[in-house]
Amino acid sequence: MTQFTTWDIVSNLLLAARWTVLLSILAFIGGGVVGLVVLYCRIARKVWLQRAANLYIELFQGTPLLMQLFLIFFGLPLMGLDVSPWAAAFVSLTLWTSAFLAEIWRGCVESIPKGQWEASSSLAMSFFEQLRYVVLPQALRIAVPPTVGFSVQVVKGTALTSIIGFVELSKASTIITNATFEPFTVYGFAALIYFVLCWPLSKSSQLLERKLNVAHHHH
Amino acid sequence: MAYSFDFSSLADYGPVLAKGVAITVELIVVGGALGVGLGIACAWAKALGPRWLRPIVSAYVELIRNTPFLIQLFFIFFGLPAIGVGLTEMQAAILAMVINLGAYACEIIRAGIEATPRGQFEAGASLAMSPIQTFRHVVLVPALQKIWPALTSQIVIVMFGSAVCSQISVEELTFAANFIQSRTFRAFESYIVATVLYLLLAVLLRQVMRGLGLFLFPRRRKTT
Repeated sequence: MTQFTTWDIVSNLLLAARWTVLLSILAFIGGGVVGLVVLYCRIARKVWLQRAANLYIELFQGTPLLMQLFLIFFGLPLMGLDVSPWAAAFVSLTLWTSAFLAEIWRGCVESIPKGQWEASSSLAMSFFEQLRYVVLPQALRIAVPPTVGFSVQVVKGTALTSIIGFVELSKASTIITNATFEPFTVYGFAALIYFVLCWPLSKSSQLLERKLNVAHHHH
Repeated sequence: MAYSFDFSSLADYGPVLAKGVAITVELIVVGGALGVGLGIACAWAKALGPRWLRPIVSAYVELIRNTPFLIQLFFIFFGLPAIGVGLTEMQAAILAMVINLGAYACEIIRAGIEATPRGQFEAGASLAMSPIQTFRHVVLVPALQKIWPALTSQIVIVMFGSAVCSQISVEELTFAANFIQSRTFRAFESYIVATVLYLLLAVLLRQVMRGLGLFLFPRRRKTT
């Protein structure tokens, strides 16, 4: 019988954590891109676009991420698409992230005073130009802390993909536990690795927010 | 390419779904109540409690907020028996939810407490109220009222998180959906039904919290 040293456990968990990191980064980028599109629809001047974006956001924020994962993992094959756990994990995390980011960013865009829209409109700028040159650059500043804060939710969200069989940190923990019978050590170290990934993000989000608030109080 | 939906094969599994919904409700009612209680205790400790207690509470809050619920659940259910604390699936699920919600609720409630002006504490003291009485009547209730919507959202998030409890075979709604799809091979339909039920449960939970808010803070409605 093979014996597993603590180092064996930790090194295998760290190897699996690479997939957690990769999936988090890809889902965050994908979610950001789709989120921008949803944000555009949400604040566009067409009522049906706004409603569609609203429905999209409500749907993804109003149901468990695990259900979304299952629906995509089991649902898409029925429509003739072959999905690997990788693809299902990436697609569902991207959609889920985009809904939350769109809603966070909408708050930031709406905090830009109405006068800014009116001023840029009086300069004959189109809706897109107003967004691109006037509103978004200002909204971006406010958006950074909550966006960084939400990235923690994305990293934690990747843990659910273990349930559809994507081998990342959580799945690796279960596999290693089944081999070593040391759940206390394995899940303890897994929690520690997640903490090391998430805590710097949480802290920098808090620091950025404080910095921004200080700047705000000065004028 | 075309897929024909067939919800009729799910018809026989009404009782299974009903049981799943009941257990999800049980999880969120018990876990929610105890979790908010723990959150209040931690918020008190962090804002007004003894100095030695604060770093401990902070460490707990940071640890929970920066690790996934799934790992917390597995650690409690699979890990704790190794050091002699054996729990049933249901106990482990509720404990994990309480610990998880407690950390988030602590931060939310603390934000409400910090928004209370210093003078209110002094006013309470000048009326010969004990620190606990001041906390209970002067600080906590207005603080809870301020953060009630945020707390409601957090409880809904924890309910969605409870879907993961199916992984330690707690027979809640997701477990029911898994069971039904394994019997009928109608995975897509099973999960759509479960998702819709979660959506309805979330709407219901928000209404209950709104009603509870009106009941808890009756005379203050107009002032804020």
